Amino acid sequence: MPERRDIPKKGSTVRLSDLRKGDRGAIVGIVPREAGGPDDISHDELERRLLEMGFVEGARFQVIHEGFIGRDPIALKLDDMRVALRRSEARAVTVTLDTATGEAP
Amino acid sequence: MTGTTIDRAPRIVLVGNPNTGKTALFNALTGARQKVANYPGVTVERKAGMVALPDGGQALVLDLPGTYSLRARSPDEAVTRDVVLGRFPGEEPPDVIACIADATNLRLVLRLLLELKQVGRPLALVLNMYDIVQRQGIRIDLEGLSKALGVPVITTVAVRRRGLEEFLRQAATLARTGNRATAWREPTAAEIRAAHREAERILKEYVLPPLRPDTWTGRLDSVLLHPVGGIAILLAILFLMFQAVFSWATPVMDLIDGGFGWLGALATRYLPPGLLQSFITDGLIAGVGSVLVFLPQIVILFFFIIVLEDFGYMARAAFLMDRLMGTAGLHGRAFIPLLSSFACAIPGIMAARVIDNKRDRLTTILVAPLTTCSARIPVYTLIISAFIPHREVWGVANLQGLVMFGLYATGIVSALAVAFVMRRILWRSATEPFLIELPAYKMPDPRNVLRGVLLRGEIFLRRAGTTILSMMVLIWFLSSFPAAPAGATGPAIDYSFAGIIGHFIHPLLAPIGFTWQMAVALIPGMAAREVAVGALGTVYAIGGQSGAATLADTLGHQWPLATALAFLAWYVFAPQCLSTLAVVRRETNSWLWPGVMFAYMLTLAYIAAFVAFRATTALAG
Repeated sequence: MPERRDIPKKGSTVRLSDLRKGDRGAIVGIVPREAGGPDDISHDELERRLLEMGFVEGARFQVIHEGFIGRDPIALKLDDMRVALRRSEARAVTVTLDTATGEAP
Repeated sequence: MTGTTIDRAPRIVLVGNPNTGKTALFNALTGARQKVANYPGVTVERKAGMVALPDGGQALVLDLPGTYSLRARSPDEAVTRDVVLGRFPGEEPPDVIACIADATNLRLVLRLLLELKQVGRPLALVLNMYDIVQRQGIRIDLEGLSKALGVPVITTVAVRRRGLEEFLRQAATLARTGNRATAWREPTAAEIRAAHREAERILKEYVLPPLRPDTWTGRLDSVLLHPVGGIAILLAILFLMFQAVFSWATPVMDLIDGGFGWLGALATRYLPPGLLQSFITDGLIAGVGSVLVFLPQIVILFFFIIVLEDFGYMARAAFLMDRLMGTAGLHGRAFIPLLSSFACAIPGIMAARVIDNKRDRLTTILVAPLTTCSARIPVYTLIISAFIPHREVWGVANLQGLVMFGLYATGIVSALAVAFVMRRILWRSATEPFLIELPAYKMPDPRNVLRGVLLRGEIFLRRAGTTILSMMVLIWFLSSFPAAPAGATGPAIDYSFAGIIGHFIHPLLAPIGFTWQMAVALIPGMAAREVAVGALGTVYAIGGQSGAATLADTLGHQWPLATALAFLAWYVFAPQCLSTLAVVRRETNSWLWPGVMFAYMLTLAYIAAFVAFRATTALAG
């Protein structure tokens, strides 16, 4: 289970995987490949899949549901559609937050 | 073939994101005139049908697997890509590509359309479910959209058969325009981004957001995806499904069983005793009957699966179960196929087609037969009633029921354990991402549900009539030839090939406590698990009239407890079902995977029976 994060300031850039239900904001981008992360091929594949599912720069989102075990996977409202993904894949996505309350306003 | 006119029936292919009503449109266009088969060499369904064009001609319509891009990630999507590009062997290139969109959810499909434009074939955008657009007050500038995209835009409501005529008229016109050269190649991440921005720009300019947005999906999700309530509802749905599969199906199953029994009796009465009579009654009628009896369960199971899928619930079930399944290395979508396997592994293995990734699909197929299918129930019931005392334990539970529960639990735990080991040993690559769209909820259309259920039933029957029936005949042959010599005292099966094989393999089975009669009964038991009950009756030479109760008495006297428990342990794991292996062969299109399945299940069965036999002997002695 992800630890309760330090509450990020409005407008700061965080990983999508660190968010909680109710958090909302905009997609900043997909992080480059990390050392110790998936290899180049699977990172490139993940990036393209995320893009095809609408995780594009500037897209608006809100975390609307969390799974039962370890709050994983998460479901998002992404622009006008709904998408679910695991937190491990959400780590590749950076976002900016509108509000930092952690609960739905 | 640039600019050539076509003199054959033009081919229209339907491409689009999943959940856009593509199949509903296909059904509305082709009606009953559709043919479903597999594409040669792959286990992807090819759905094709003829349709009359308004100008009097005919066209062939192909329903291609749903996709978000031509950059194929699964066998299904590879078929879509290759057919669209006209490079699928044996499949003629399409004359018109119809890109089908859920008109209320255009963002992703517009990017797909921009990708399809590069293919260079005549293309149209079909905005399906247009009635929902009007209900929600989404304003789409159709003319502007068409100009900006450079393709005709047609609106349809497939389930109400609206817009079909216009669609076909446009398709017929487009089919005469001819192709440009293909410029398509796999887009890079940067190109996907650029296409998205372009799609976004077009969307902003020509589509205004809904005045009355759908609030039902959000409201339903807050209940159905609730961390606790959602799982409780999922369990309730599963309970209902099981109840339906096991109790609603029973009257029809009894009817089928009785019908085939009557047919067999009829054949026995009117055919002269001998080989032909035996072939007709024991081979054909009993063989077909023992498979057909599962048809009601399969129809009910697929009814639930299709209704839940069309409603949009399946993606939610995958969301709720993903973490739990993921622990065992399975994908969230493997949940339903494994669940189906409790009725019968065959529909379970067929349902594994919903899993995109090849490895995830194979893992699911390979572990599906470990879940306790209903054909094991007669065997379990027989042994439990013969050996396990009907006794209260801890004041609440019944010992017999507990053993039954233990057998089910062993099946589930071993399926998860084998999946876990398989992921570690067979393919240790990065795990498949779980990234799925949660579609808006929609009322399932009764006609589409009916068509889907009939299709699944038909596929099962076709399989039962070909692969499975031939296996049954083979088993009959092994159990009947050569015939018993004149004046033989033992049961006839003892002298047959099955008897010879049984005696031959008996030394191998002796260490796990099996008698030679059991070894012989295992051979016809390969036809279907429950056939072993009848086969045991035959080898223990109990009269034809005796039911399971007398067989249970006989076994109770003949077998030590250790042997009975070893037999139960064997049946949890053993690949005692040729039909399952035949279906795995069909679904994986190779002999390798049924071979792997047979080998690992046999090994587990032997080890489990060995442990059960030795441990019981040691404890009892």
